[in-house]
Amino acid sequence: MQRRPSAFNANAAEALLDADLQRALGAAEAGFGLKRRKAITGLPEFDALCDQAASIKDHVLDNLDIYLERFEAQVFASGGMVHWCEDAQAAREIILKLCQSVNAKMVTKGKSMVAEEIGLNPFLEANNIKPVETDLGEYIIQLADEPPSHIIGPALHKTKDQVSDLFHAHHPALGYPERLSEGEALVGEARAILRRQYLQADAGITGANFLIAETGSTVIVTNEGNGDMTQIFPRMHIVIASIEKIVPTLEDAATLLRVLARSATGQEMSVYTTFSTGPKRRGDADGPEQFHVVMLDNGRSELLGGNQRDILRCIRCGACMNNCPVYMAAGGHAYGATYMGPMGSVLTPHFSGLKAAQALPFASTFCGKCEAVCPMRIPLPRLMRDLRAEAHAARITPARERLWLALWAWVAGRPQLYHRLSGWGLPVLKFLARGRGRFAWLPLAGGWTRTRDFPAPPGKSFMAQWAARKKPGS
Amino acid sequence: MPPANPHVALFVTCLIDLFRPSAAFAAVKLLQDAGCRVSVPELQTCCGQPAYNSGDKAGAAALAAQTIRHLMEYDYVVIPSGSCAAMIKHHYPPLLADDAARAVAEKTFELTQFLHDVMRYRPAVKTDEKLTYLDSCSGLRELGIQAQPRALLQSPILENDDAESCCGFGGTFCVKYTDVSTAIADKKLNKFAATGAALVTGGDLGCLMHLAGRAARRGMALQFRHVAEVLAGDMDIPAIAGGDK
Repeated sequence: MQRRPSAFNANAAEALLDADLQRALGAAEAGFGLKRRKAITGLPEFDALCDQAASIKDHVLDNLDIYLERFEAQVFASGGMVHWCEDAQAAREIILKLCQSVNAKMVTKGKSMVAEEIGLNPFLEANNIKPVETDLGEYIIQLADEPPSHIIGPALHKTKDQVSDLFHAHHPALGYPERLSEGEALVGEARAILRRQYLQADAGITGANFLIAETGSTVIVTNEGNGDMTQIFPRMHIVIASIEKIVPTLEDAATLLRVLARSATGQEMSVYTTFSTGPKRRGDADGPEQFHVVMLDNGRSELLGGNQRDILRCIRCGACMNNCPVYMAAGGHAYGATYMGPMGSVLTPHFSGLKAAQALPFASTFCGKCEAVCPMRIPLPRLMRDLRAEAHAARITPARERLWLALWAWVAGRPQLYHRLSGWGLPVLKFLARGRGRFAWLPLAGGWTRTRDFPAPPGKSFMAQWAARKKPGS
Repeated sequence: MPPANPHVALFVTCLIDLFRPSAAFAAVKLLQDAGCRVSVPELQTCCGQPAYNSGDKAGAAALAAQTIRHLMEYDYVVIPSGSCAAMIKHHYPPLLADDAARAVAEKTFELTQFLHDVMRYRPAVKTDEKLTYLDSCSGLRELGIQAQPRALLQSPILENDDAESCCGFGGTFCVKYTDVSTAIADKKLNKFAATGAALVTGGDLGCLMHLAGRAARRGMALQFRHVAEVLAGDMDIPAIAGGDK
């Protein structure tokens, strides 16, 4: 599997031959779909909530500068610091500096896609700081040395047997020689190992699902409680978040939380929803001594004024990929990028450049399910179509495809010629089919006939037959 | 009350024109039976959807403008395809941004939608085949077509639990990403086969050709027909990708 978006087609072909991956995807597709449907059926006002959630985010995007400043002021007032980072490198460097300021040798991490986006782990490792992932899925793929294949289920591509093998390869050195195979036992072992890490960590790094402007709070949702321990025990808590995660008020965060878990895992709420406001105060029993929020732009502010702005409403629930036939066939690694599925196919071109990522906006059948399930009303097919148009206009789509399209459009734009050509071509195809009704192979149609027969046409088009019928006397 | 003897333009679609004329003849028969006066504008070709979805907006706009010109003068435009109908109904107006596009969009309908919702038509024929229905995504999600073909068919449909998911066709997607497209088709075909149906029918020829071609390659016994043919009782012509015998 190549980690570049341009390899999507080859990656997908490889993924389709991976029986373990296909089994894992099959289970995920059925599970996510059923749970989401159940959760939504149980909340009649879900649609209205989605409209409200989308309009909260639209309002934020209209007034982003104001809310960002308010957030910073509130973080400062509660004793924390905000660090503004224009790009990934700036974010990595400030996080490293913060870690070095407390002589960090090891840091625990809650799940964060923004940390993936900036490539934080390899950078910390290269600077002699060991990051320990504490989300179970992230912990599994850290052992496997793989990137997440799904934004909320990073190890979704792994089967239980593969996890068992992985633990048995790594855990004996930590004092757990026995091979485990039951899910509960595997979780228990990972938990026991991670518990020790929380107390030894010099800093804890988490992401943020929301940032609340009125209070300067950051919010995370988890199902394992790992995020709480990551941010409470070490001396320093570093939050890494992107600028569009901001919401005006606690009330707004509550509205978004109501659609988030239902869309993501089909839960009414995640098991833990944790609000962090500043460092430990005088009299607090626990909490970090320092609280830092690293705010990443990384090209997002450029999206604000353009036709792709709607993607900034995304709250990373994963519903678009859970309901995407392409994602569920190819898996997340095929996209060769941090973000995958429909939302990733829109975001990746903005991070990697359209030229490098132009395969992704085309990796959709435009079935529209992603838009139908998106709680933030993001018109994902329209955004992908606009990226296709941009790629076409920049002439960076494959030359052969552009040529075919131009030829088709040219002929279809000349109706008389079009109907004359079909009058010549169809009898030839009919003759070649020799009554079998289909072709196993056709010149220039390998993309179709490699896996499918091509239905043979009758010898005359409808338009030609219709014209003949209408002639007087016939 | 359904309109009395409306003048309907049949937009045949390029796929049906070239590969499945029988579906267009069936559509004409149904529309006439429902009380419509049917015309087939001679200079129609393609609605421009392949160009539109491939990013060639200028090419798509040129074809859209040409198509609109030939469809303006009729009471209704009826299309035996959900995705071509959605193209004209939902994508022409923003693409062309003119009154003519909006006016044509307004009076454009997919065939089963038009027969059922506008003409309140019920066909006289019922099929005894074991039927299942392929809801194509554009028709389903952009036009809300789901109940209409089922009501018109008047026969029990052998449903599966995943009827709303894509068949993997996706227009040019099916040749650009052949492997993924085929894998999605296989999932769909397995669901259909598990219902025990002998015949898959649906309103979009692209999806039907893609699935019929894959089923034939896999040697599956499933047959595929456009819903217009089934409704019109035109079952004597070979099924899609089926031979003469």
